[in-house]
Amino acid sequence: MTAETIGTYAVAIFLLIGSAFVLIGVIGLLKFSDPMTRLHAPTKVGTIGIGMLLMASMVHSFVAGEGSLHELLIMAFLFVTAPISANFIAKVNIHQAVSDAPPRPPRDDTWATLNSPDSDDEDLENRGQA
Amino acid sequence: MSRAFQRLLPHPFLTVVLAIVWTLLQNDISAGMVVFGLILGILIPLGTSIWWPDRPMGFRPGRMVIYSIIVLWDIIVANLQVAWIVLTVPNAKLKPAWIVVPLDLRDPEAITLLAGTITLTPGTVSADLSDEGHSLLVHVLHTDDPDAVRDEIKTRYENRLERIFA
Repeated sequence: MTAETIGTYAVAIFLLIGSAFVLIGVIGLLKFSDPMTRLHAPTKVGTIGIGMLLMASMVHSFVAGEGSLHELLIMAFLFVTAPISANFIAKVNIHQAVSDAPPRPPRDDTWATLNSPDSDDEDLENRGQA
Repeated sequence: MSRAFQRLLPHPFLTVVLAIVWTLLQNDISAGMVVFGLILGILIPLGTSIWWPDRPMGFRPGRMVIYSIIVLWDIIVANLQVAWIVLTVPNAKLKPAWIVVPLDLRDPEAITLLAGTITLTPGTVSADLSDEGHSLLVHVLHTDDPDAVRDEIKTRYENRLERIFA
């Protein structure tokens, strides 16, 4: 077996694992009934699924002789940005009260997204009118 | 001397990261590109330093590497667990829960890292921070014991982050 054959098989295996996880993520997205639990599905796709597909791309580029490490950057940027979009969707879900209401925080008044600035800060209100 | 150094390099790690990102973007290593990356890595933190005035006091890169490896391993394990839940647990038997994690961390950078870690490890999504930043709201996909999940987050991730930003 030459290195090229092994590389091809490795690419195929990575692609299969990656697409299996993406498929499971999509099944979860369709299956769950509540928007908050549905949010869990895309976080899976974003980590292992895409990670494995990028791994396949990287192995392929090295087998083909033109090594490429762009994929590492894609992975890094994805890992940095995925939690932020999930966080935003979660906040919208809290506001729309689509699932059970979250418990109150033990030490502070309320959750940051429910804290309306004009109720405790007149300054902001005045600035808005000016 | 150290003040001048701080002026010139407000975020030394950002400088290194930007240089590495630039070199990776070029997809080929040459001396010229590394130098240009370093120039960018010095200019960009200088230009944006007014928006990030308080840099984290202590930061231990060695422990950060160990932490990253632990998180990567957890992502793989948790992915398999959640894939199993998606495929086998029917909706009626699913037990989602909100949990509240009281925070001992005070650095905004450390809290951001913790929230990101919680979201990336499947099965948990960090949803919100309390208005004064003392607790973190986390949603769990399926659990029998919400307190155990909270304790695991605290011992496994928060303790380590506390030692990274010590």
